[in-house]
Amino acid sequence: MTRPPLRTTSVFIVLTTAVVVLMLIAATIGPYRIPPLTVLKALGERLAGVGGNGAVETVLFNIRLPRIVAAVLVGAALAAAGAAYQSLFRNPLVSPDILGVSTGAGLGAVVGILLGMPVMVIQLFGFGGGLAIVLMVMTLSRMLRSSGDILVLVLAGIVVGALAGAGISLVKVLADPYDQLPAITFWLLGSLAGVKAGDVMSTLPAVAVGVAPLVLLRWRIGVLSLGDDEARALGIEVARLRVIVIAGATLATASVVAISGVIGWVGLMVPHMARLMVGPRFDRQLPAAILIGAAFMIVVDTLARTAAAIEIPLGVLTAIIGGPMFVWLLARSRRIIAP
Amino acid sequence: MGTQNLPRRALGRLLLAAGLLLALAGTVTARTVVDSAGRSVEVPDTITRVFAAGPPASTMLYVLAPEKMIGWVRAPRAPEKPYLLPATRDLPELGRLSGRGDTLNLERLIAAKPDLVIDFGTINDTYRSLADRVHQQTGIPYLLIDGRFANTPAAFRLLADILGVKERGEALAKATEAIFAEVDRVRAAVPDDKRPKVYLARGPEGLESGSRGSINTEIIERVGGINVVTGLREKGGIVNVSPEQLLTWRPDIVVTMEPRFAAMVAGKPIWATVPAIETGRVYLAPTLPFGFIDGPPSVNRLVGLIWLLHAFYPDEVKADLRDEVRGFYRLFYQVDLDDDALAQLLAPRKP
Repeated sequence: MTRPPLRTTSVFIVLTTAVVVLMLIAATIGPYRIPPLTVLKALGERLAGVGGNGAVETVLFNIRLPRIVAAVLVGAALAAAGAAYQSLFRNPLVSPDILGVSTGAGLGAVVGILLGMPVMVIQLFGFGGGLAIVLMVMTLSRMLRSSGDILVLVLAGIVVGALAGAGISLVKVLADPYDQLPAITFWLLGSLAGVKAGDVMSTLPAVAVGVAPLVLLRWRIGVLSLGDDEARALGIEVARLRVIVIAGATLATASVVAISGVIGWVGLMVPHMARLMVGPRFDRQLPAAILIGAAFMIVVDTLARTAAAIEIPLGVLTAIIGGPMFVWLLARSRRIIAP
Repeated sequence: MGTQNLPRRALGRLLLAAGLLLALAGTVTARTVVDSAGRSVEVPDTITRVFAAGPPASTMLYVLAPEKMIGWVRAPRAPEKPYLLPATRDLPELGRLSGRGDTLNLERLIAAKPDLVIDFGTINDTYRSLADRVHQQTGIPYLLIDGRFANTPAAFRLLADILGVKERGEALAKATEAIFAEVDRVRAAVPDDKRPKVYLARGPEGLESGSRGSINTEIIERVGGINVVTGLREKGGIVNVSPEQLLTWRPDIVVTMEPRFAAMVAGKPIWATVPAIETGRVYLAPTLPFGFIDGPPSVNRLVGLIWLLHAFYPDEVKADLRDEVRGFYRLFYQVDLDDDALAQLLAPRKP
């Protein structure tokens, strides 16, 4: 029962189309009912530079579209970071959180909430916390093994991540149970409910800067998954490449987590879906993962804002949808590996 | 007929056009108000639909102007409904705007078409920026009202002025001031060494509490009760308490909101030597339709003050608790409690 592998190019065309179509569909769905044609008309008018500023436009351009674009960014960034890390660490169970970036961002953000900071500063705290934790992990592993052993890196990530997790718990205990604790809880579960167009604009460049080196260096990152010695034999400066990959993945993850809160599963699962579609080669897997991540997050966030009367936290949904999907994938890929 | 109709029709059109103009240019009929955070916000002249951002604001709005509510943060449950105005009992649950983790979808907020969003509680930069963001994103004015307990009369007056219910606001503010004055009178009459040591038992085992200075125990401390929980934290919310600490604190009175705990506590060995249990001074705080002690920490705590005065200082307070509670419910919640409802409300109270 072996199937002919899908032509990679056609896979990319299908995925790109899927992302665009899903964005359009998501734009027509929401608790504030806007007929699809009205949505298309308003979009066309806005592109042409005309159109009013009624309730429809407010909902569409101030609330719904920023969220959809943010979902694309979040999904793409987390999936790219996850794919890069899985290749870098040569381990399919690795997610972008392995070096503690999400936990660090979470700690930064909850401290911001505890101190009663403005939303913008809370986001900056989250971003800074994510970067700071990974920097600490890198420094620690350097101090322990100057050669930059991957196992030491992972262990340092676990230790520093646990410390940051303890910090989050402490902040929770100190927080005001009526107004800060719910905000902290929701932040740690992830949500795009409050995303503004301005947030998307400030996140986009950071994600681009983070993902760009991963895309540009995709060949070498792919070689890295063969093993350090093999990569070195092929003339790749392993240690430097590793730092670049970690820096790029961390920047992308920290900047999206700053606006979305902590969202699990996407970075772990999506690279596997990509592998299933285009095979294990990283140079193909990375763009596929970016597209699948974007599509997946559009679907999840649309569910989050429409499935129930209240917002469902994204972290809850990605786990509910992602868990069974991952098991299904594992079952399927096993059949492929051992027919 | 035709000649007579013409000018009338023209007048009608003119009025229609004027109305449309007014409706379109909301700014024409708007006025600027300043909220407790010092933010100048433009609001419509007549406000008929108000959205409350969180549970304290929801209670505040219910008390001040229930006719302007468009929904609840958390819909009333069946036992709570008889204690609320019939018109508000079945309003929808809309969720809360609580910062990053909104359970309320902004589209739903726009679809509910409120004239105004109010929040009642802490004022800090997080809430300032959140209010500004939601205002910018949705175009709906968003006001922050200072929710500190001592500020309650001022909050009633400020919000009543904004909502156009000045008389009701004044009546509520006066009643609040009268309750505060009675609390101060009793406190002044009771010497410091006669003040009870009080423990607020929360959680199923009663081993969670609010440490001194927390919003959970604010009204216990306001009526002069000495909150025994100290030293665990400078200021703030819920803390876990070990039974050993409890035995060293030796509270004279235990206040709780957990019916199960109140019923079981007398039989629990670790509680047996606590003075409050020995003397039977365990008080179960009523929770209908809103909590007496907190939950939410809003204007509902005013009746809690009255109730605590009776519980703490039975010799000092002359008025009848039932009359006072009935009066409070009539003025603040606009419901008349019959004897059954009153008994049901206060029944769990242990002698």
